[in-house]
Amino acid sequence: MSLPDDYLVYPIRGYGMDHDRYGWDILFRRKPVEWPGGARVALWITPLLQWFPMDMETRPVAPPGGFNRPYPDYRNYSHRDYSLRVGIFRFFRLFDELGIKASAAMNSAVGERYPVVVDEINRRSWEVIAHGAHMGRMHYGGMDEKLEAERVESCIRSLRETTGQPVRGWLSIGKSESDNTPDLLAANGIEYQCDWCNDDMPYRFRTRNGDLFAMPHTVELDDREALLRFHHREAEFVQQIKDQFDVLHAEAERYGGRILSISLHPWVMGHPYRIGYLREALEYVLGHDGVWPATGAEILDACKEQA
Amino acid sequence: MTLSDPGIYAYSPYNDRPRITWPNGARVAFWVAPNIEFYETHPPANPVRQDMSRPAPDVAFYAHRDYGNRVGVWRMMEAMDRYGVRGSVSLNVAVCDHHPEIIEACVERGWELFSHGVYNTRYQYGMSEAQHRALIEDAIETIDKASGQKLAGWLSPALSNTEQTLDLLAEYGVLYTCDLFHDDQPQPVKVERGRLISIPYSLEMNDIVVYHQINSSPPRQYTEVIKRQFDQLYEEGAENGTVMCIPLHPFLVGQPHRVGPFAEALEYITGHDDVWVTTGREIAEYYFEHHYDAVVAAQSAAGE
Repeated sequence: MSLPDDYLVYPIRGYGMDHDRYGWDILFRRKPVEWPGGARVALWITPLLQWFPMDMETRPVAPPGGFNRPYPDYRNYSHRDYSLRVGIFRFFRLFDELGIKASAAMNSAVGERYPVVVDEINRRSWEVIAHGAHMGRMHYGGMDEKLEAERVESCIRSLRETTGQPVRGWLSIGKSESDNTPDLLAANGIEYQCDWCNDDMPYRFRTRNGDLFAMPHTVELDDREALLRFHHREAEFVQQIKDQFDVLHAEAERYGGRILSISLHPWVMGHPYRIGYLREALEYVLGHDGVWPATGAEILDACKEQA
Repeated sequence: MTLSDPGIYAYSPYNDRPRITWPNGARVAFWVAPNIEFYETHPPANPVRQDMSRPAPDVAFYAHRDYGNRVGVWRMMEAMDRYGVRGSVSLNVAVCDHHPEIIEACVERGWELFSHGVYNTRYQYGMSEAQHRALIEDAIETIDKASGQKLAGWLSPALSNTEQTLDLLAEYGVLYTCDLFHDDQPQPVKVERGRLISIPYSLEMNDIVVYHQINSSPPRQYTEVIKRQFDQLYEEGAENGTVMCIPLHPFLVGQPHRVGPFAEALEYITGHDDVWVTTGREIAEYYFEHHYDAVVAAQSAAGE
């Protein structure tokens, strides 16, 4: 039970971070970012389009929303699959009506298995963000680098083929990465990743293969987190989105453009009794001046111009 | 001390105690304790406790906490400034090295810095006495160098208690510990030599417990919880002074959707008369000067 002496030796104790991925940088001391048209808040919605194979890997890291009831687990498989048959179509209709172009974070298996959904996404000029192969393929610390390189490459290649999109962004399943993930993303032409939820604005992120940007994809305003993990009521989730927006909208006046990121699973928020709550939250946001519904790539381009 | 019972404080029923008073007749001593922390991306293994839920680098875990320093702490400070609330910072002292700008902002505001270890990923579990002394001395020196303050309080990093911690704190002249959750008033702690008290720090009011770990509460529920806690302690404090603490984690309370409802709770509390808005050190110093001896005497007389 005793500790080695080097337990009290701190080789990385010094100014800045304990790694070299990004610099230490306080949000409120940066040059303000300006959004197109003088908008104050970019509204960035990321529907997560996921396929959960019944024989998913759950070790060493279980996927969020994963399941492991005895085979064959029709209960959970079909419940998640609601996303791509029904839930996403409710999102399409609502977002069309509200004039929102979303960024769909998509497993490559979804691109391969659900071409109808891909067509609907492309018809609306939504963006596709890579979101791993499928929900049984988590990336994790200590993962074999060669295996991960293959998985990153094949996922991105597949999504580019099935969607015809450049696929510039990446969101790891459960925001779970190995030490090599960012390097592999950059090597495959990814420009921004959504895993490092440590900021409210994009920032430059170093890799062995050139810089990425880290995009502030929310870890908090996520329907699965709020409703399923924390068991908040739908009205409370709506209130959180409104409160988040109010603070960002007010801050933008002093500190420059802000981003309201909302992460949604069609198998959670796409149910009939919940979609009206989502409408209420989005109508509140869009009822204000200075809101710019944007994709991740559009937000990135606006930031890069000013970087 | 036995394996069953720590034996580190007297049993003292709430209905039979010396009366505690606070400056200017205040009923409640109110303090806010933000945990300003640094987690390592690749911490060394501790034989007793794993750091993160996923193998390193646990990006979601690490980055969420890093948000506290880049973003959250600044929003939280602004909300506290608005209501004249100084923080008593439960500090991973390595933040003095990594992020001195945060420390400067705390010192400018007259906030207290107390020790929460060096990193939140380095636990006290398994430390030899020499290692534990080195940890305490590091905290004393680092806080003195960064702020000129004499270390007064201690919250074990990640609440990693050991049998020797409290005795050593007293020996080094630390005034109070936040590691004990048994009371709504300060209490003497039984140490080998010297004096030490516990100050109520509260798991129940701790944002991470309320938002995440146990209660899973939305932000406005936290506001309600804080107000109700305060109302009760305010009422009871008219008879016998109480302490209310709000422990915070800037990576949670400093999120845009939480900071507004939290500020509302501060507005509510500071809008009352007879509230002493104070710091851990000030509570400890006042208690030692006015109450410690009487409380120890009463507890001894009761056979404790």
